[in-house]
Amino acid sequence: MAKITIADLEKIREESRRTLVLREGAGRAKITVHMGTCGIAAGARDIMSAVLKEVEERELSDIIVTNSGCAGLCSKEPMITVELVNFPAPVKYIEMTPGKIKQIFDSHIMKEQIVKEYALAIGSEMTH
Amino acid sequence: MAYRTYLMVCAGTGCVANQSMKIKEAFEKELEKRKLQNEVSVVTTGCNGFCGVGPIMVVQPDGIFYQLLKVSDIPLLVEEHLIKGRPVKKFMYIPGEKEPPIPKMRDIDFFKKQMLIALRNRGLIDPEKIEEYIARGGYSALAKALTEMTPDGVLDEIKKSGLRGRGGGGFPTGVKWETMRKVPGDKRYVICNADEGDPGAFMDRSIIESDPHAVIEGMLIGAYAMGSSDGYVYIRNEYPIALERLKKATGQAREFGLLGENIFGTDFKFDIKITRGAGAFVCGESTALMASIEGRPGEPRAKYIHTVEKGLYDSPTCLNNVETWANVPQIILKGAKWFTSIGTGDVTHDPWGGSKGTKVFSLTGKVVNTGLVEVPMGITLKEIIFDIGGGIKDGKRIKTVQTGGPSGGFIPESMLDLPVDYDELTKVGSMMGSGGMIVADEDNCVVDMAKYFLTFTQEESCGKCTPCREGTKRMLDILENITVGKGTEEDLELLEELSNMVVESSLCALGGSAPNPVLTSLKYFRDEYLVHVRDKKCPAHACRQLNVYTIEEEKCATVGHGCDMCKKSCPDYAIMGEPKKAHYIDQMKCHKCGACFDVCNFKAIKIE
Ligand SMILES: Cc1cc2nc3c(=O)[nH]c(=O)nc-3n(C[C@H](O)[C@H](O)[C@H](O)COP(=O)(O)O)c2cc1C
Ligand code: SF4
Ligand code: SF4
Ligand code: FES
Repeated sequence: MAKITIADLEKIREESRRTLVLREGAGRAKITVHMGTCGIAAGARDIMSAVLKEVEERELSDIIVTNSGCAGLCSKEPMITVELVNFPAPVKYIEMTPGKIKQIFDSHIMKEQIVKEYALAIGSEMTH
Repeated sequence: MAYRTYLMVCAGTGCVANQSMKIKEAFEKELEKRKLQNEVSVVTTGCNGFCGVGPIMVVQPDGIFYQLLKVSDIPLLVEEHLIKGRPVKKFMYIPGEKEPPIPKMRDIDFFKKQMLIALRNRGLIDPEKIEEYIARGGYSALAKALTEMTPDGVLDEIKKSGLRGRGGGGFPTGVKWETMRKVPGDKRYVICNADEGDPGAFMDRSIIESDPHAVIEGMLIGAYAMGSSDGYVYIRNEYPIALERLKKATGQAREFGLLGENIFGTDFKFDIKITRGAGAFVCGESTALMASIEGRPGEPRAKYIHTVEKGLYDSPTCLNNVETWANVPQIILKGAKWFTSIGTGDVTHDPWGGSKGTKVFSLTGKVVNTGLVEVPMGITLKEIIFDIGGGIKDGKRIKTVQTGGPSGGFIPESMLDLPVDYDELTKVGSMMGSGGMIVADEDNCVVDMAKYFLTFTQEESCGKCTPCREGTKRMLDILENITVGKGTEEDLELLEELSNMVVESSLCALGGSAPNPVLTSLKYFRDEYLVHVRDKKCPAHACRQLNVYTIEEEKCATVGHGCDMCKKSCPDYAIMGEPKKAHYIDQMKCHKCGACFDVCNFKAIKIE
């Protein structure tokens, strides 16, 4: 490593932003993938991978991805919940596929517009 | 790699001793097995301060706190939490017997009231990676100082901040720096005191273990302000992990060009040498420490010439404590105004006018939650002991809190509303010291505790001056006599006289403060001393020689059925009685070791 400059400090900070947002638990949005037994059987693992791929490809540094237990609606699995910090109500999306995840990122995450076709309910959601 | 979860495994001394590195390996193995290694990352951090419940791990971003982990718990944790998203209750912190577990670290009382400045990165970064320190804003205070501020500007900011030494004396850092800056001479040194000799203290160790670069950056800024290019860290020999991290950190800083010549393209140069402590408590004293770095015996010298004028190798030298240095970058970054908004008093015109910022304490003794806590100055002792510490163990009653390390003083229960403040603590006969805080309950005897502290300081006296060497010995003899029933009321006055003599005529602060525990216990707990010397009893039953052990024959025979345990445990063959029948103690033979009391399961043995 050559001597670093003040600009390099900034660069290192920018590169690690996502890591630190996650460690400090302070993101702009939180996506919860429901991974109960039923969710996993319905393909929640692939949904998790798809979500993480979107985050990485779009170089999003302020999105928290987490998982939680069964949401109690096994027939509609796999499901995710999206919460934006500035929006009071979390949104639950049902019957997810990697393609639908892409759409949700395009619209809900990037433009703060809910994808109504896949949304189950906008309301109280318990996450850890 | 986009990870979704970070497992922050504590790798401080306490947790490592409890096998946290094995926990880390087990996680890595299990994650690989469950094909989660690309989603979940395992990070090792410095000490979280809650070592008593280690090994500790925090799952981020959820902030779930797990404690007392075992290697065999890991598969379940991965399955439940990381695959199914169900945090596992049985590994969480439970505040009290009938209370539910608390999932999140920030909701646990121990962490809730803390305010982190010196320890701001603890648990959040891997201390062995300079990039992570930089990611949290590290070295930008140095950049700011070097490119936007003059040395005088830096000095001024530190002066205005009201920062005072965290190593014991509470001397205003800005004043020390300014004096040093004014002394002429090309060769000048800055030193970090990481000798931490107080028994039970580990604030400095913890800061170095969790954030070594904060100390390095602080020293760099100080060196710039004082025109020094040579630094030393004098680190306690018994701190292998801290030493290793410090070596790694200075190595990385050198690689990054943050130590060495032309730092950030300016003509400022600075580097740090690491020296290992000589192992004596007195070596933490400034002049003894410098003698020790020079390779001479670690003995204090008279301070009619200050070390800022003639210190290491007779050159101007500024010595500050680890925690003091760690505060510096934050003050430069956020400004003196921010720093003075935390704490007590007013330091605008008088650098001694208040206590600003935070202080790290090592909270130990009879509290429920023991550990390392960083709290804002001005918080009351009561809040630390009862809110953060969770109160007294086993529902007992607090007797006193002893602050300031072995030469600090006792503060009685009636004064627990006292705020944490250099001058308030000194006024009542104790001190901030380096941040020791030992809580004692009704089962502790203050005479016995005073004896314990004095035994430590007496043994650590370097012996150079007579009052400290002989005076403390004489005081210890008297205390010993009192605890075995040979004390008189005149002894109490003699103790006070000797204390004052040692305080006034010792060369260094070791002798100057060693009598504090004796003086304060005499002041606030004279009744307890009087019971010892008049009635030859110890109200707390801690001075064994004053106890009379007897067996309640009725209870022994009917409840314990003469179980014979006490008889077998007695080293003096002082217990008589047939098995299955009542036992009794021959007082002539009993040497009061207390063994029988400890082994009797039926509470048939009484102490009077
Ligand atoms: C016997 C004795 C032991 C000391 N041990 C330490 C120590 O372990 N660490 C420390 O920082 N200061 C210790 N000090 C205080 C130092 O002499 C010095 O005041 C301090 O390091 C200055 O730094 P500060 O102004 O940042 O607190 C000790 C003082 C005495 C008299
Ligand atoms: S006061 Fe004690 S420790 Fe200090 S120089 Fe004198 S003898 Fe040594
Ligand atoms: S106190 Fe010790 S010496 Fe005395 S009776 Fe009990 S066991 Fe024996
Ligand atoms: S070493 Fe882990 S909490 Fe202190």
